[in-house]
Amino acid sequence: MFSNPDLQTLVFGRLTWDAIPLHDPILIVTFAMVALGGAALLGIMTYFRWWGPLWRDWLTSVDHKKIGIMYIVMALVMLLRGFSDALLMRSQQALASGGGEGYLPPHHYDQIFTAHGVIMIFFVAMPLVTGLMNYVIPLQIGARDVAFPFLNNLSFWMTASGAATVMASLFVGEFARTGWLAMPPLSGADSSPGVGVDYYIWALQIAGVGTLLSGINLIATIVKMRAPGMTMMKLPIFVWSSLCTNVLIVAAFPILTAVLALLSLDRYVGTHFFTNDLGGNPMMYVNLIWIWGHPEVYILILPAFGVFSEIVSTYSSKRLFGYASMVYALVVITILAYLVWLHHFFTMGSGASVNSFFGITTMIISIPTGAKIFNWLFTMYRGRIRFEVPMLWTLGFMVTFVIGGMTGVLLAVPPADFVLHNSLFLVAHFHNVIIGGVVFGMFAGITYWFPKAFGYKLDPFWGKMSFWFWLTGFYVAFMPLYLLGLMGVTRRLNRIEDPSLQIWFVVAAIGSVLILLGILSFIVQLVVSYRRRDELRDLTGDPWGGRTLEWSTASPPPDYNFAFTPVIHDHDAWSDMKRRGYSRPLTGFKAIHMPRNTATGVILGGLSTVFSFAMIWYMWPLAAVSFVAILVVSIAHTFNYDRDFDIPADAVVRAEGERTRLMARQA
Amino acid sequence: MSSATRANSAADAAQTKDGHGHDSVEGEPHGSVRGYVTGFVLSAILTAIPFWLVMGDVIGNARITGFVVMAFAMVQVVVHMIYFLHMDTRSEGGWTVLALIFTATLVVITLVGSLWVMHHLNANMMPMSAEDMKQHMP
Repeated sequence: MFSNPDLQTLVFGRLTWDAIPLHDPILIVTFAMVALGGAALLGIMTYFRWWGPLWRDWLTSVDHKKIGIMYIVMALVMLLRGFSDALLMRSQQALASGGGEGYLPPHHYDQIFTAHGVIMIFFVAMPLVTGLMNYVIPLQIGARDVAFPFLNNLSFWMTASGAATVMASLFVGEFARTGWLAMPPLSGADSSPGVGVDYYIWALQIAGVGTLLSGINLIATIVKMRAPGMTMMKLPIFVWSSLCTNVLIVAAFPILTAVLALLSLDRYVGTHFFTNDLGGNPMMYVNLIWIWGHPEVYILILPAFGVFSEIVSTYSSKRLFGYASMVYALVVITILAYLVWLHHFFTMGSGASVNSFFGITTMIISIPTGAKIFNWLFTMYRGRIRFEVPMLWTLGFMVTFVIGGMTGVLLAVPPADFVLHNSLFLVAHFHNVIIGGVVFGMFAGITYWFPKAFGYKLDPFWGKMSFWFWLTGFYVAFMPLYLLGLMGVTRRLNRIEDPSLQIWFVVAAIGSVLILLGILSFIVQLVVSYRRRDELRDLTGDPWGGRTLEWSTASPPPDYNFAFTPVIHDHDAWSDMKRRGYSRPLTGFKAIHMPRNTATGVILGGLSTVFSFAMIWYMWPLAAVSFVAILVVSIAHTFNYDRDFDIPADAVVRAEGERTRLMARQA
Repeated sequence: MSSATRANSAADAAQTKDGHGHDSVEGEPHGSVRGYVTGFVLSAILTAIPFWLVMGDVIGNARITGFVVMAFAMVQVVVHMIYFLHMDTRSEGGWTVLALIFTATLVVITLVGSLWVMHHLNANMMPMSAEDMKQHMP
């Protein structure tokens, strides 16, 4: 490109044409499909002139409802990517366990399992959880938006920037080959000199900033913006679980940021925090990253617990059993989550006293979790249970999660862990709790709140198809892994020499195909529901006989959520209001003060993507320019005083009048 | 009006318009000139003493000096929290002090836990010197 090689290095760093993986047919086909799909999407967008509305109403929006939906859409797109990786791994192991070599060479396979873990945790589970919290929390506490609406938009774009960086690694260069936590010395400059680990570091650093900011935002929202009368012990349980999750986020994510920063220093400027030389200690990385990593799994599961609590209570038409004990269980889990991290590396060799301490704390943390299971069972006991799709997900969760929890307690016994550490038993255990807990919980939550967000229910037939494929698929895919783990098969193997094990890998691969059908059913469900939206329409705003405040407003809610801020007298505020014969106020509307949309979040997210790409490829001038640009845009934004506007009273009157008309038609 | 307050007021706009900012009865804590001066003088003194201890080699033992300097740093943190961050047990209805206790607990768990874990790891896993091996011979 340049005749002068020095100039080329200055501008492009280590990026050359060799970085484009033209030699790999799998990636070429993938790229062709992505390019075709992307071109088709862009064409459709242009044809229907959707660019303007997309920009004005969504990308620059500071409305918590739209940001929540964007988080979930991003998570579902990334789920397809992460799940493709899973299919590749399952088919590789099924083919390469009978003495064959399979079709994925080790350097490619190692990137796939790393990308699978990173994407599923950081760019599927986290955005699903954050998206649901974003959508639901303000509605459940009777607020009109989150505490810092612009910050919310910025958080989303930071997470999206991280996701874009991971996706870029697929077609430009490579991804890390280190496993999802990138442990040194393997992730150090000596063992991983390429760009893979740098992609990993920068994607997580940028996305981590987004997660941390959204945690601060949601804590402030819950603490400061509850409707009058809603004391802490009258909070909906989903909001309590979200509060605990966000406290965990704010306390834990700085540790991840610090650890990755130290690893970057090791890689970029040659320090020795995590090397074997000059006083460094790679074990310190393992220790620190699990101090973040263990709270992280509770960050994911607590909101799912909240979702299940809301669903069990709604579909049993009963108040949640043991509300106070649920709250205490959540708080105890929040504290204990910080006292168990060493159970991820019992085998490191800290000795009997350390291992027994962490083994016992790990067993203790199962007690509040078990208490929650009993609370859900007692809520259902003598309830009028309606087996709608969200309730099915909940029941599937309760059975599956108990199994995963028990294998977890088994792994908490240090001597047993010495046998099972890094085996497929462990892989089966954490998929058991993450799929059975987080994924089921998020699908349950999406199905439950979908009519609130879009005004029509999801088609129940395809919802049931999705549920049953996921449930059976999970058992068929992961029970064989428990068995293989007990027989001593370790994780992350590219090839398995013993042909007698092949049958189990084939069964597991069949399970992953069943899960694929579950995911496809979910997509079909979205399409079918959209086409049947008139039949599935809900005009009341309360399709399930809900109990919390979000069901008291229209579906989809107006931009301002509530024309009048509700006043709370009891738990399950909406159920209480219905019991007291609440009638909607029809007059006296006032203008409503709202935050204004801004493009700053999109711009900062874009600049962050450029900055991380430049840092990954050593394009120092570009990195400097984009970093300065980030600072300038951030500072310039603080001088933007045009941040709010009033929805005029007659617009509110019109919107509320329309709702009155629709509700009268329904009745 | 500083940009931070401005952002805050815009953010809380939806709430305050209806006049139900119920949690803000306590009001935001405000510093006084007297408070800032006290804080500044205390910080200066607490910074000067460690410099004097190190540069004048007053104690004569590097390890003890290190611990004394760290103790001064802890006091400095408390001074900053009281005089500059205006934290007391009543601000924000007790949320501030609750958050502080939680943070302190987690920092202690992280630091003490890491030291404990890494110390045991070192004791158990680091190769012994030839001298040590001789001592452990039966």
